[in-house]
Amino acid sequence: VTSPARIEDLLRELAPQVLGVVARRYGDFDAAEDAVQEALLAASQHWPDEGLPDNPRGWLIQTAVRRLTDAFRSEQARRRRERQVFGEPTAPAVPAADDSLTVLFLCCHLSLSPASAVALTLRAVGGLTTAEIAAAFLVPEATMAQRISRAKSRIKAAGQTFAMPVGDEYAERLRSVLHVLYLVFNEGYTSTAGEQLHRADLSAEAIRLTRMVHAQLPDHGEVTGLLALMLLTDARRPARTGGVGELVPLAEQDRSLWDRSLIAEGVALTARAMSAGVIGEYQLQAAIAALHDGAARAEDTDWTQILGLYGLLDRLSGNPMVALNHAVAAAMVHGPAAGLELLEPLDERLPGHYRLDAVRGHLYELLGDPATAAAHYRAAAGRTTSLPERHYLIRQAARLNR
Amino acid sequence: MTKFLVLTMYAEVEGVPPMTEWDPADIEAHLAYLSKLNAQLIEHGELITGQALTGPDLARRVTSDGTAPVVTDGPFPEVKELLAGYQLVDVESEQRALEIAGLVSAAPGPGGVPLRQPIEVRQVMGTLPGMEL
Repeated sequence: VTSPARIEDLLRELAPQVLGVVARRYGDFDAAEDAVQEALLAASQHWPDEGLPDNPRGWLIQTAVRRLTDAFRSEQARRRRERQVFGEPTAPAVPAADDSLTVLFLCCHLSLSPASAVALTLRAVGGLTTAEIAAAFLVPEATMAQRISRAKSRIKAAGQTFAMPVGDEYAERLRSVLHVLYLVFNEGYTSTAGEQLHRADLSAEAIRLTRMVHAQLPDHGEVTGLLALMLLTDARRPARTGGVGELVPLAEQDRSLWDRSLIAEGVALTARAMSAGVIGEYQLQAAIAALHDGAARAEDTDWTQILGLYGLLDRLSGNPMVALNHAVAAAMVHGPAAGLELLEPLDERLPGHYRLDAVRGHLYELLGDPATAAAHYRAAAGRTTSLPERHYLIRQAARLNR
Repeated sequence: MTKFLVLTMYAEVEGVPPMTEWDPADIEAHLAYLSKLNAQLIEHGELITGQALTGPDLARRVTSDGTAPVVTDGPFPEVKELLAGYQLVDVESEQRALEIAGLVSAAPGPGGVPLRQPIEVRQVMGTLPGMEL
């Protein structure tokens, strides 16, 4: 008898493949997605007791097709239509190519808001139930069900068929896919240790799905870069919070807690990603993370290289948060005054943002001006939306007030 | 998505009598408007929960030094600082939360005129900060 956990893993691996087959055959992605969810549920109820069928994938496809046919039939009956569209479910043909990626690309359709795409991706590609997704995002199941169902309607309304986009649209959609996976990772990364007992581990799920994309597009630099970035960031998670969930900044983390095997894999992937012809944001972020993770002690960090990479990233992204980190790196290389100078133009681009105050607090402290530093820490504490971070900033201000 | 608490306060709006003195049809229209708004928030997948609270007469304030709590009965002088009800929403942006608050504030009062009740919008604290860019 196969263990429930093993069955769960298998079902989630098969979910997008099965959906790919069913959606391709019947065209209606929305209905196919519902049918596959029902088939997954049926499998998770039957397989632990009855054992795995000889062909688990075929079983799921057949069950989903049967549900789909039933759904269409009852819909037809309801509309008093006699027209028979579907014949009896037939034994599924094994498709030539795995359509998991097609499913993922569809879930990250540009007509969807990022949050809707995240929810739909977790269900259709990740094989999570609506209840699990709702629990992960701390909203009621009905709210999440509504979000997913609206997302599917929106894709349908956009006239999207079940096919891989081509040309410019392919590149655009792949960017959206990577952004969605990044958001899923980040969502998991912001949960505290205590919370993870209640939340599905979204970071692990993001890594699993990014691995799936990477396996199909192994030579794509940004895909490799994103996977590397996730692994290198996740490696530091055990050191990121202290005993009572308090935030421990990078410079103060106990580096012996970092996950060495994740770092090794992340560093190797970064090297591969950086050798790609075109360099994008995820590759650069991965390279920065690799330099942090490669430093045995905080004081060994190669800030000169990090500064260079932030310079490139700043030019590429135009994101003011990157400019902020660029200023921090400049301060580490050229001293706090240089960093503070680079922060000046950011008041306009990030008005009132707490991170600007938090960084100024840090740099004024390095400059030997504790009173100004404390004032900035206090201002940052008043505006952050993260509770552990607020506690951290309040402690910084209080420490300097003594 | 970000969670916001949308709070309806008991502030008196100038020129608007208490609801007990409204035309019943106006009360009907007011309640129907709010219930329709909630239905829309549910349909959008934005509403987490929402409740109306009992009035100021039933409000109590509690202080304690760790022994017996001291309970003060309402109503209190600053009624406008009391909550009348709340909605917890999960939305794409602060702008959307403000838009929802605007819709609550514009609930019709006597004669169908928007009530302009003051609505407070408070972001719910998140957990750890995200990945550093």
